[in-house]
Amino acid sequence: MAGESTSVEHVADAAAHGAEASGAGMPQLDFSTFPNQIFWLLVTLVVIYIVMSRIALPRIGAVLAERAGTITNDIAAAEELKQRAEEAEAAYEKALADARAEAGRIVAEAKAEIQAQLDIELQKADAEISAKTAESEKAIADIRDGATKSVTQVAKSAAKDIVAALGGSADAATVTAAVNARMKG
Amino acid sequence: MASETHGEETGGLVFHPLDQFIVKPLFGEGPIHWYTITNVTLWMAIAVVAIVALFVMGSRGRAIVPTRTQSVGELVYGFIYKMVEDVTGKDGVKYFPYIMTIFVFILFANFLGLIPMSFTTTSHIAVTAVLGFGVFTIVTLIGFYKHGFHFLGLFWMSDAPAILRPIIAIIEVISYFVRPVSHSIRLAGNIMAGHAVIKVFAGFAAIAAISPVSIVAITAIYGLEVLVAGIQAYVFTILTCVYLKDALHPGH
Amino acid sequence: MEGNIAELGQFVGAGLAAIGSGAAAIGVGHVAGNYLAGALRNPSAAASQTATLFIGLAFAEALGIFSFLVALLLMFAV
Repeated sequence: MAGESTSVEHVADAAAHGAEASGAGMPQLDFSTFPNQIFWLLVTLVVIYIVMSRIALPRIGAVLAERAGTITNDIAAAEELKQRAEEAEAAYEKALADARAEAGRIVAEAKAEIQAQLDIELQKADAEISAKTAESEKAIADIRDGATKSVTQVAKSAAKDIVAALGGSADAATVTAAVNARMKG
Repeated sequence: MASETHGEETGGLVFHPLDQFIVKPLFGEGPIHWYTITNVTLWMAIAVVAIVALFVMGSRGRAIVPTRTQSVGELVYGFIYKMVEDVTGKDGVKYFPYIMTIFVFILFANFLGLIPMSFTTTSHIAVTAVLGFGVFTIVTLIGFYKHGFHFLGLFWMSDAPAILRPIIAIIEVISYFVRPVSHSIRLAGNIMAGHAVIKVFAGFAAIAAISPVSIVAITAIYGLEVLVAGIQAYVFTILTCVYLKDALHPGH
Repeated sequence: MEGNIAELGQFVGAGLAAIGSGAAAIGVGHVAGNYLAGALRNPSAAASQTATLFIGLAFAEALGIFSFLVALLLMFAV
Protein backbone atom coordinates (compact mmCIF):
# COMPACT_ATOMS: atom_id res chain seq x y z
CA MET A 1 0.00 0.00 0.00
CA ALA A 2 1.00 3.59 -0.48
CA GLY A 3 0.75 4.12 3.25
CA GLU A 4 3.74 1.93 3.85
CA SER A 5 6.02 4.28 1.99
CA THR A 6 4.91 7.56 3.53
CA SER A 7 6.29 9.39 6.53
CA VAL A 8 6.46 8.18 10.04
CA GLU A 9 3.70 10.53 11.18
CA HIS A 10 1.36 9.11 8.61
CA VAL A 11 2.11 5.59 9.76
CA ALA A 12 1.38 6.66 13.28
CA ASP A 13 -1.82 8.27 12.09
CA ALA A 14 -2.86 5.12 10.35
CA ALA A 15 -2.14 3.13 13.46
CA ALA A 16 -4.29 5.53 15.45
CA HIS A 17 -7.15 5.11 13.02
CA GLY A 18 -6.76 1.41 13.32
CA ALA A 19 -8.46 -1.03 11.05
CA GLU A 20 -10.55 1.61 9.30
CA ALA A 21 -7.58 3.33 7.77
CA SER A 22 -5.71 0.18 6.92
CA GLY A 23 -8.75 -1.52 5.41
CA ALA A 24 -9.67 1.44 3.26
CA GLY A 25 -7.09 1.03 0.55
CA MET A 26 -7.90 0.29 -3.03
CA PRO A 27 -7.80 -3.49 -3.48
CA GLN A 28 -6.76 -2.80 -7.07
CA LEU A 29 -3.48 -1.34 -5.83
CA ASP A 30 -2.71 -4.15 -3.41
CA PHE A 31 0.39 -5.31 -5.17
CA SER A 32 0.67 -8.47 -3.09
CA THR A 33 -2.24 -9.93 -5.04
CA PHE A 34 -0.85 -9.07 -8.47
CA PRO A 35 1.19 -12.23 -9.10
CA ASN A 36 -1.83 -14.31 -8.18
CA GLN A 37 -4.16 -12.43 -10.51
CA ILE A 38 -1.70 -12.35 -13.36
CA PHE A 39 -0.94 -16.04 -13.03
CA TRP A 40 -4.57 -17.08 -13.05
CA LEU A 41 -5.38 -14.64 -15.85
CA LEU A 42 -2.66 -16.13 -18.02
CA VAL A 43 -3.90 -19.63 -17.26
CA THR A 44 -7.44 -18.55 -18.16
CA LEU A 45 -6.39 -16.85 -21.36
CA VAL A 46 -4.33 -19.81 -22.49
CA VAL A 47 -7.19 -22.19 -21.78
CA ILE A 48 -9.67 -19.98 -23.62
CA TYR A 49 -7.25 -19.53 -26.52
CA ILE A 50 -6.70 -23.25 -26.87
CA VAL A 51 -10.40 -24.02 -26.60
CA MET A 52 -11.23 -21.30 -29.11
CA SER A 53 -8.56 -21.91 -31.70
CA ARG A 54 -8.60 -25.71 -31.52
CA ILE A 55 -12.24 -26.56 -31.03
CA ALA A 56 -14.80 -23.80 -31.05
CA LEU A 57 -13.76 -21.49 -33.86
CA PRO A 58 -12.98 -24.13 -36.51
CA ARG A 59 -16.22 -25.87 -35.67
CA ILE A 60 -18.36 -22.75 -35.84
CA GLY A 61 -16.53 -21.62 -38.96
CA ALA A 62 -17.18 -24.99 -40.58
CA VAL A 63 -20.84 -24.86 -39.62
CA LEU A 64 -21.19 -21.36 -41.03
CA ALA A 65 -19.40 -22.33 -44.24
CA GLU A 66 -21.52 -25.44 -44.55
CA ARG A 67 -24.65 -23.40 -44.02
CA ALA A 68 -23.55 -20.86 -46.60
CA GLY A 69 -22.90 -23.75 -49.00
CA THR A 70 -26.25 -25.32 -48.26
CA ILE A 71 -28.00 -22.01 -48.77
CA THR A 72 -26.21 -21.44 -52.07
CA ASN A 73 -27.10 -24.95 -53.22
CA ASP A 74 -30.67 -24.55 -52.11
CA ILE A 75 -30.95 -21.25 -53.91
CA ALA A 76 -29.53 -22.85 -57.05
CA ALA A 77 -31.95 -25.76 -56.70
CA ALA A 78 -34.81 -23.37 -56.14
CA GLU A 79 -33.73 -21.40 -59.20
CA GLU A 80 -33.71 -24.56 -61.27
CA LEU A 81 -37.08 -25.63 -59.93
CA LYS A 82 -38.46 -22.20 -60.73
CA GLN A 83 -37.15 -22.46 -64.26
CA ARG A 84 -38.72 -25.85 -64.61
CA ALA A 85 -41.98 -24.55 -63.28
CA GLU A 86 -41.82 -21.74 -65.80
CA GLU A 87 -41.17 -24.22 -68.57
CA ALA A 88 -44.09 -26.33 -67.40
CA GLU A 89 -46.27 -23.27 -67.32
CA ALA A 90 -45.24 -22.35 -70.85
CA ALA A 91 -46.01 -25.89 -72.02
CA TYR A 92 -49.32 -25.75 -70.27
CA GLU A 93 -50.11 -22.41 -71.86
CA LYS A 94 -49.19 -23.78 -75.25
CA ALA A 95 -51.36 -26.88 -74.73
CA LEU A 96 -54.19 -24.68 -73.65
CA ALA A 97 -53.83 -22.45 -76.69
CA ASP A 98 -53.70 -25.52 -78.94
CA ALA A 99 -56.77 -26.93 -77.30
CA ARG A 100 -58.51 -23.61 -77.71
CA ALA A 101 -57.62 -23.46 -81.38
CA GLU A 102 -58.74 -27.08 -81.85
CA ALA A 103 -61.96 -26.38 -80.05
CA GLY A 104 -62.53 -23.33 -82.19
CA ARG A 105 -61.86 -25.32 -85.29
CA ILE A 106 -64.24 -28.07 -84.22
CA VAL A 107 -66.89 -25.56 -83.37
CA ALA A 108 -66.47 -23.85 -86.73
CA GLU A 109 -66.60 -27.20 -88.51
CA ALA A 110 -69.66 -28.24 -86.63
CA LYS A 111 -71.23 -24.91 -87.31
CA ALA A 112 -70.47 -25.19 -91.02
CA GLU A 113 -71.79 -28.71 -91.14
CA ILE A 114 -74.91 -27.76 -89.30
CA GLN A 115 -75.30 -24.76 -91.56
CA ALA A 116 -74.95 -26.92 -94.62
CA GLN A 117 -77.37 -29.44 -93.30
CA LEU A 118 -79.70 -26.68 -92.31
CA ASP A 119 -79.48 -25.20 -95.75
CA ILE A 120 -80.23 -28.54 -97.34
CA GLU A 121 -83.10 -29.14 -94.99
CA LEU A 122 -84.38 -25.64 -95.61
CA GLN A 123 -84.18 -26.12 -99.33
CA LYS A 124 -85.90 -29.45 -99.03
CA ALA A 125 -88.51 -27.95 -96.83
CA ASP A 126 -88.92 -25.03 -99.18
CA ALA A 127 -89.29 -27.36 -102.10
CA GLU A 128 -91.76 -29.47 -100.22
CA ILE A 129 -93.66 -26.43 -99.13
CA SER A 130 -93.75 -25.04 -102.65
CA ALA A 131 -94.83 -28.42 -104.00
CA LYS A 132 -97.52 -28.66 -101.39
CA THR A 133 -98.56 -25.11 -102.12
CA ALA A 134 -98.78 -25.81 -105.80
CA GLU A 135 -100.79 -28.96 -105.12
CA SER A 136 -103.07 -27.10 -102.80
CA GLU A 137 -103.51 -24.29 -105.28
CA LYS A 138 -104.31 -26.79 -107.94
CA ALA A 139 -106.80 -28.48 -105.63
CA ILE A 140 -108.33 -25.15 -104.76
CA ALA A 141 -108.53 -24.27 -108.42
CA ASP A 142 -110.18 -27.61 -109.17
CA ILE A 143 -112.60 -27.15 -106.37
CA ARG A 144 -113.38 -23.64 -107.55
CA ASP A 145 -113.90 -24.84 -111.12
CA GLY A 146 -116.05 -27.68 -109.94
CA ALA A 147 -118.07 -25.32 -107.80
CA THR A 148 -118.52 -22.86 -110.63
CA LYS A 149 -119.64 -25.64 -112.93
CA SER A 150 -122.04 -26.97 -110.36
CA VAL A 151 -123.41 -23.51 -109.69
CA THR A 152 -123.92 -22.98 -113.41
CA GLN A 153 -125.64 -26.31 -113.79
CA VAL A 154 -127.81 -25.71 -110.74
CA ALA A 155 -128.61 -22.26 -111.95
CA LYS A 156 -129.52 -23.59 -115.41
CA SER A 157 -131.77 -26.28 -114.10
CA ALA A 158 -133.26 -23.95 -111.54
CA ALA A 159 -133.85 -21.32 -114.19
CA LYS A 160 -135.44 -23.88 -116.46
CA ASP A 161 -137.61 -25.10 -113.65
CA ILE A 162 -138.61 -21.59 -112.67
CA VAL A 163 -139.42 -20.70 -116.24
CA ALA A 164 -141.47 -23.90 -116.58
CA ALA A 165 -143.28 -23.15 -113.37
CA LEU A 166 -144.14 -19.72 -114.63
CA GLY A 167 -145.80 -21.39 -117.54
CA GLY A 168 -143.41 -20.49 -120.13
CA SER A 169 -141.11 -22.62 -121.97
CA ALA A 170 -137.59 -21.85 -122.42
CA ASP A 171 -135.18 -23.47 -124.64
CA ALA A 172 -131.93 -24.61 -123.19
CA ALA A 173 -129.74 -22.34 -125.25
CA THR A 174 -131.34 -19.15 -124.07
CA VAL A 175 -131.26 -20.19 -120.47
CA THR A 176 -127.66 -21.16 -120.71
CA ALA A 177 -126.75 -17.86 -122.27
CA ALA A 178 -128.64 -15.93 -119.62
CA VAL A 179 -127.06 -17.92 -116.78
CA ASN A 180 -123.62 -17.57 -118.18
CA ALA A 181 -124.18 -13.84 -118.57
CA ARG A 182 -125.29 -13.65 -114.98
CA MET A 183 -122.44 -15.79 -113.73
CA LYS A 184 -120.00 -13.51 -115.28
CA GLY A 185 -121.66 -10.45 -113.92
CA MET B 1 -4.04 -6.41 3.81
CA ALA B 2 -6.75 -7.72 1.61
CA SER B 3 -7.57 -10.48 4.02
CA GLU B 4 -8.20 -8.03 6.82
CA THR B 5 -11.76 -7.28 7.69
CA HIS B 6 -13.34 -4.09 8.82
CA GLY B 7 -13.43 -4.37 12.56
CA GLU B 8 -15.28 -1.21 13.43
CA GLU B 9 -18.78 -1.04 12.08
CA THR B 10 -19.74 2.07 13.96
CA GLY B 11 -23.29 2.26 12.65
CA GLY B 12 -24.80 4.97 10.47
CA LEU B 13 -23.57 5.42 6.95
CA VAL B 14 -20.61 3.15 6.40
CA PHE B 15 -19.44 2.94 2.85
CA HIS B 16 -17.05 0.27 1.77
CA PRO B 17 -17.66 0.48 -1.94
CA LEU B 18 -14.32 -1.09 -2.76
CA ASP B 19 -14.65 -4.14 -0.51
CA GLN B 20 -16.19 -6.08 -3.37
CA PHE B 21 -12.87 -5.93 -5.19
CA ILE B 22 -10.81 -7.53 -2.42
CA VAL B 23 -8.92 -10.60 -3.54
CA LYS B 24 -9.15 -13.30 -0.92
CA PRO B 25 -8.16 -16.93 -0.77
CA LEU B 26 -10.99 -19.28 -1.41
CA PHE B 27 -9.93 -21.79 1.24
CA GLY B 28 -8.83 -20.54 4.64
CA GLU B 29 -6.83 -17.46 5.44
CA GLY B 30 -3.27 -16.59 4.81
CA PRO B 31 -0.94 -14.83 2.45
CA ILE B 32 -1.71 -14.83 -1.25
CA HIS B 33 0.99 -16.54 -3.26
CA TRP B 34 0.95 -16.64 -6.99
CA TYR B 35 -0.53 -20.13 -6.96
CA THR B 36 -3.13 -19.56 -4.23
CA ILE B 37 -6.64 -20.40 -5.31
CA THR B 38 -8.55 -17.17 -4.77
CA ASN B 39 -11.87 -15.73 -5.79
CA VAL B 40 -10.04 -14.51 -8.90
CA THR B 41 -9.41 -18.13 -9.78
CA LEU B 42 -13.01 -19.07 -9.06
CA TRP B 43 -14.58 -16.40 -11.26
CA MET B 44 -12.10 -16.86 -14.07
CA ALA B 45 -12.85 -20.58 -13.95
CA ILE B 46 -16.56 -19.82 -14.10
CA ALA B 47 -15.90 -17.61 -17.11
CA VAL B 48 -14.00 -20.44 -18.80
CA VAL B 49 -16.79 -22.89 -18.03
CA ALA B 50 -19.38 -20.48 -19.42
CA ILE B 51 -17.33 -19.89 -22.56
CA VAL B 52 -16.86 -23.61 -23.09
CA ALA B 53 -20.57 -24.16 -22.51
CA LEU B 54 -21.51 -21.53 -25.07
CA PHE B 55 -18.97 -22.16 -27.79
CA VAL B 56 -18.13 -25.84 -27.45
CA MET B 57 -21.23 -27.46 -25.95
CA GLY B 58 -23.52 -25.10 -27.84
CA SER B 59 -22.06 -25.98 -31.20
CA ARG B 60 -21.74 -29.68 -30.43
CA GLY B 61 -24.59 -30.56 -32.78
CA ARG B 62 -22.94 -28.77 -35.74
CA ALA B 63 -26.50 -28.23 -36.85
CA ILE B 64 -27.25 -26.52 -40.13
CA VAL B 65 -30.35 -25.11 -38.50
CA PRO B 66 -28.80 -23.93 -35.21
CA THR B 67 -30.14 -24.39 -31.73
CA ARG B 68 -30.50 -21.29 -29.59
CA THR B 69 -27.14 -21.66 -27.87
CA GLN B 70 -25.38 -22.42 -31.10
CA SER B 71 -26.90 -19.41 -32.78
CA VAL B 72 -25.69 -17.13 -29.98
CA GLY B 73 -22.19 -18.54 -30.44
CA GLU B 74 -22.42 -18.02 -34.17
CA LEU B 75 -23.64 -14.48 -33.62
CA VAL B 76 -20.59 -13.63 -31.50
CA TYR B 77 -18.31 -15.37 -34.00
CA GLY B 78 -19.79 -13.50 -36.92
CA PHE B 79 -19.71 -10.19 -35.07
CA ILE B 80 -16.03 -10.40 -34.14
CA TYR B 81 -15.03 -11.92 -37.46
CA LYS B 82 -16.67 -9.08 -39.34
CA MET B 83 -15.06 -6.53 -37.02
CA VAL B 84 -11.59 -7.99 -37.55
CA GLU B 85 -12.12 -8.19 -41.29
CA ASP B 86 -13.53 -4.66 -41.57
CA VAL B 87 -10.96 -2.93 -39.40
CA THR B 88 -7.73 -4.79 -40.08
CA GLY B 89 -8.41 -6.09 -43.54
CA LYS B 90 -7.99 -9.55 -44.99
CA ASP B 91 -4.52 -10.13 -43.57
CA GLY B 92 -5.73 -9.49 -40.02
CA VAL B 93 -8.07 -12.49 -40.11
CA LYS B 94 -5.11 -14.66 -39.12
CA TYR B 95 -5.19 -13.07 -35.64
CA PHE B 96 -8.92 -13.66 -35.26
CA PRO B 97 -8.61 -16.41 -32.56
CA TYR B 98 -6.47 -14.12 -30.42
CA ILE B 99 -8.94 -11.23 -30.67
CA MET B 100 -11.85 -13.58 -30.13
CA THR B 101 -10.16 -14.88 -26.95
CA ILE B 102 -9.76 -11.36 -25.59
CA PHE B 103 -13.32 -10.43 -26.49
CA VAL B 104 -15.06 -13.43 -24.98
CA PHE B 105 -12.95 -13.28 -21.84
CA ILE B 106 -13.73 -9.61 -21.21
CA LEU B 107 -17.36 -10.03 -22.16
CA PHE B 108 -17.90 -12.98 -19.85
CA ALA B 109 -15.88 -11.49 -17.00
CA ASN B 110 -17.89 -8.26 -17.26
CA PHE B 111 -21.25 -9.99 -17.35
CA LEU B 112 -20.40 -12.50 -14.65
CA GLY B 113 -19.27 -9.60 -12.49
CA LEU B 114 -22.77 -8.19 -12.69
CA ILE B 115 -24.16 -11.15 -10.79
CA PRO B 116 -24.77 -9.93 -7.25
CA MET B 117 -22.12 -11.05 -4.73
CA SER B 118 -19.80 -12.01 -7.53
CA PHE B 119 -16.24 -10.89 -8.11
CA THR B 120 -15.38 -8.89 -11.20
CA THR B 121 -11.99 -9.92 -12.49
CA THR B 122 -11.86 -7.19 -15.14
CA SER B 123 -12.21 -4.48 -12.49
CA HIS B 124 -8.61 -5.11 -11.46
CA ILE B 125 -5.89 -3.10 -13.04
CA ALA B 126 -3.56 -6.07 -12.77
CA VAL B 127 -5.83 -8.07 -15.06
CA THR B 128 -6.60 -5.36 -17.60
CA ALA B 129 -2.98 -4.23 -17.64
CA VAL B 130 -1.89 -7.71 -18.61
CA LEU B 131 -4.50 -7.67 -21.36
CA GLY B 132 -3.62 -4.14 -22.49
CA PHE B 133 0.15 -4.55 -22.39
CA GLY B 134 -0.23 -7.98 -23.94
CA VAL B 135 -2.01 -6.41 -26.89
CA PHE B 136 0.61 -3.66 -27.01
CA THR B 137 3.52 -6.11 -26.98
CA ILE B 138 2.01 -8.46 -29.52
CA VAL B 139 1.01 -5.66 -31.86
CA THR B 140 4.44 -4.03 -31.65
CA LEU B 141 6.18 -7.36 -32.28
CA ILE B 142 3.91 -8.03 -35.25
CA GLY B 143 4.69 -4.57 -36.60
CA PHE B 144 8.45 -5.05 -36.37
CA TYR B 145 8.24 -8.61 -37.66
CA LYS B 146 6.18 -7.61 -40.71
CA HIS B 147 7.86 -4.35 -41.60
CA GLY B 148 11.13 -4.31 -39.73
CA PHE B 149 12.54 -0.85 -39.42
CA HIS B 150 9.80 0.60 -41.64
CA PHE B 151 7.37 0.10 -38.79
CA LEU B 152 8.81 3.26 -37.28
CA GLY B 153 7.30 5.10 -40.24
CA LEU B 154 4.12 4.95 -38.18
CA PHE B 155 5.55 7.85 -36.18
CA TRP B 156 7.03 9.79 -39.07
CA MET B 157 4.38 11.78 -40.92
CA SER B 158 5.88 12.06 -44.37
CA ASP B 159 3.15 14.39 -45.57
CA ALA B 160 3.55 16.89 -42.74
CA PRO B 161 5.71 20.03 -43.08
CA ALA B 162 9.36 19.16 -42.50
CA ILE B 163 9.74 21.40 -39.46
CA LEU B 164 6.79 19.87 -37.70
CA ARG B 165 7.77 16.28 -38.38
CA PRO B 166 10.02 15.77 -35.33
CA ILE B 167 7.43 17.34 -33.04
CA ILE B 168 4.68 15.20 -34.50
CA ALA B 169 6.94 12.18 -34.18
CA ILE B 170 7.46 12.86 -30.48
CA ILE B 171 3.73 13.27 -29.95
CA GLU B 172 3.04 10.11 -31.90
CA VAL B 173 5.56 8.13 -29.88
CA ILE B 174 4.09 9.37 -26.62
CA SER B 175 0.58 8.59 -27.76
CA TYR B 176 1.75 5.17 -28.89
CA PHE B 177 3.14 4.37 -25.45
CA VAL B 178 0.09 5.79 -23.68
CA ARG B 179 -2.13 3.42 -25.64
CA PRO B 180 -1.75 0.35 -23.39
CA VAL B 181 -2.22 2.49 -20.28
CA SER B 182 -5.43 4.07 -21.49
CA HIS B 183 -6.47 0.77 -23.04
CA SER B 184 -6.27 -1.09 -19.74
CA ILE B 185 -7.35 1.68 -17.38
CA ARG B 186 -10.42 2.40 -19.49
CA LEU B 187 -11.73 -1.09 -18.98
CA ALA B 188 -10.82 -1.43 -15.31
CA GLY B 189 -11.98 2.11 -14.53
CA ASN B 190 -15.35 1.72 -16.22
CA ILE B 191 -16.13 -1.54 -14.54
CA MET B 192 -14.81 -0.45 -11.14
CA ALA B 193 -16.65 2.88 -11.30
CA GLY B 194 -19.96 1.25 -12.10
CA HIS B 195 -19.67 -1.35 -9.39
CA ALA B 196 -18.51 1.22 -6.81
CA VAL B 197 -21.42 3.52 -7.65
CA ILE B 198 -23.86 0.66 -7.20
CA LYS B 199 -22.30 -0.08 -3.82
CA VAL B 200 -22.53 3.57 -2.78
CA PHE B 201 -26.22 3.64 -3.61
CA ALA B 202 -26.62 0.37 -1.78
CA GLY B 203 -25.12 2.09 1.28
CA PHE B 204 -27.79 4.79 1.06
CA ALA B 205 -30.45 2.08 1.13
CA ALA B 206 -29.71 1.66 4.84
CA ILE B 207 -31.58 4.89 5.52
CA ALA B 208 -35.28 4.05 5.47
CA ALA B 209 -36.45 7.40 4.13
CA ILE B 210 -34.42 7.33 0.95
CA SER B 211 -34.14 3.61 0.42
CA PRO B 212 -36.82 3.47 -2.34
CA VAL B 213 -34.95 6.14 -4.28
CA SER B 214 -31.74 4.28 -3.70
CA ILE B 215 -33.18 1.01 -4.94
CA VAL B 216 -34.58 2.65 -8.08
CA ALA B 217 -31.17 4.23 -8.64
CA ILE B 218 -29.43 0.89 -8.21
CA THR B 219 -31.78 -0.64 -10.76
CA ALA B 220 -31.14 2.14 -13.25
CA ILE B 221 -27.38 2.00 -12.79
CA TYR B 222 -27.45 -1.76 -13.03
CA GLY B 223 -29.11 -1.40 -16.43
CA LEU B 224 -26.43 1.08 -17.43
CA GLU B 225 -23.77 -1.31 -16.22
CA VAL B 226 -25.14 -4.12 -18.37
CA LEU B 227 -24.76 -1.79 -21.32
CA VAL B 228 -21.28 -0.71 -20.22
CA ALA B 229 -20.18 -4.33 -19.76
CA GLY B 230 -20.98 -5.07 -23.39
CA ILE B 231 -19.70 -1.79 -24.77
CA GLN B 232 -16.38 -1.96 -22.93
CA ALA B 233 -15.73 -5.46 -24.23
CA TYR B 234 -16.56 -4.18 -27.70
CA VAL B 235 -14.41 -1.09 -27.32
CA PHE B 236 -11.43 -3.04 -26.00
CA THR B 237 -11.72 -5.44 -28.92
CA ILE B 238 -12.16 -2.83 -31.62
CA LEU B 239 -9.24 -0.82 -30.27
CA THR B 240 -7.16 -3.98 -30.38
CA CYS B 241 -8.20 -4.32 -34.02
CA VAL B 242 -7.28 -0.68 -34.70
CA TYR B 243 -3.83 -1.11 -33.14
CA LEU B 244 -3.37 -4.31 -35.09
CA LYS B 245 -4.28 -2.47 -38.27
CA ASP B 246 -1.63 0.15 -37.46
CA ALA B 247 0.92 -2.61 -37.09
CA LEU B 248 -0.09 -4.35 -40.31
CA HIS B 249 -0.42 -1.18 -42.39
CA PRO B 250 1.80 1.41 -40.70
CA GLY B 251 1.61 3.86 -43.61
CA HIS B 252 -0.80 6.68 -42.91
CA MET C 1 -10.76 12.60 11.02
CA GLU C 2 -11.01 15.86 12.97
CA GLY C 3 -8.27 18.37 12.47
CA ASN C 4 -6.31 16.34 9.94
CA ILE C 5 -5.35 18.85 7.27
CA ALA C 6 -3.88 16.15 5.01
CA GLU C 7 -7.16 14.26 4.86
CA LEU C 8 -9.02 17.47 4.22
CA GLY C 9 -6.76 18.07 1.27
CA GLN C 10 -7.35 14.55 0.03
CA PHE C 11 -11.10 14.90 0.08
CA VAL C 12 -11.09 18.35 -1.50
CA GLY C 13 -8.74 17.08 -4.16
CA ALA C 14 -10.92 14.07 -4.78
CA GLY C 15 -13.93 16.32 -5.19
CA LEU C 16 -12.08 18.53 -7.62
CA ALA C 17 -10.91 15.53 -9.60
CA ALA C 18 -14.47 14.33 -9.85
CA ILE C 19 -15.29 17.48 -11.86
CA GLY C 20 -13.31 15.83 -14.62
CA SER C 21 -15.96 13.11 -14.84
CA GLY C 22 -18.53 15.77 -15.60
CA ALA C 23 -16.29 17.25 -18.27
CA ALA C 24 -15.92 13.82 -19.82
CA ALA C 25 -19.69 13.50 -19.76
CA ILE C 26 -19.90 16.69 -21.83
CA GLY C 27 -17.41 15.21 -24.27
CA VAL C 28 -19.28 11.94 -24.56
CA GLY C 29 -22.52 13.81 -25.13
CA HIS C 30 -20.84 15.89 -27.80
CA VAL C 31 -19.60 12.82 -29.66
CA ALA C 32 -22.96 11.06 -29.48
CA GLY C 33 -24.91 14.18 -30.39
CA ASN C 34 -22.77 14.96 -33.40
CA TYR C 35 -23.00 11.37 -34.53
CA LEU C 36 -26.78 11.53 -34.28
CA ALA C 37 -26.91 14.82 -36.17
CA GLY C 38 -24.76 13.37 -38.91
CA ALA C 39 -26.72 10.14 -38.96
CA LEU C 40 -29.99 12.00 -39.39
CA ARG C 41 -28.56 13.99 -42.27
CA ASN C 42 -27.25 10.93 -44.01
CA PRO C 43 -28.83 7.81 -42.55
CA SER C 44 -27.33 5.52 -45.17
CA ALA C 45 -23.81 6.29 -43.95
CA ALA C 46 -24.69 5.93 -40.26
CA ALA C 47 -24.29 2.17 -39.98
CA SER C 48 -20.76 2.22 -41.35
CA GLN C 49 -19.64 4.73 -38.74
CA THR C 50 -20.83 3.03 -35.56
CA ALA C 51 -17.36 1.60 -34.93
CA THR C 52 -15.87 5.08 -35.19
CA LEU C 53 -18.58 6.32 -32.86
CA PHE C 54 -17.68 3.79 -30.22
CA ILE C 55 -13.97 4.48 -30.54
CA GLY C 56 -14.64 8.20 -30.12
CA LEU C 57 -16.88 7.54 -27.14
CA ALA C 58 -14.23 5.32 -25.60
CA PHE C 59 -11.52 7.95 -25.97
CA ALA C 60 -13.70 10.68 -24.54
CA GLU C 61 -14.81 8.48 -21.70
CA ALA C 62 -11.31 7.22 -20.87
CA LEU C 63 -10.24 10.70 -19.82
CA GLY C 64 -13.21 10.96 -17.49
CA ILE C 65 -12.28 7.60 -16.06
CA PHE C 66 -8.77 8.93 -15.46
CA SER C 67 -10.10 11.77 -13.34
CA PHE C 68 -12.36 9.35 -11.52
CA LEU C 69 -9.32 7.22 -10.86
CA VAL C 70 -7.44 10.19 -9.50
CA ALA C 71 -10.36 10.85 -7.17
CA LEU C 72 -10.35 7.25 -6.02
CA LEU C 73 -6.61 7.28 -5.47
CA LEU C 74 -6.88 10.42 -3.38
CA MET C 75 -9.73 8.97 -1.37
CA PHE C 76 -8.38 5.53 -0.72
CA ALA C 77 -4.79 5.12 -1.69
CA VAL C 78 -2.83 8.23 -0.74
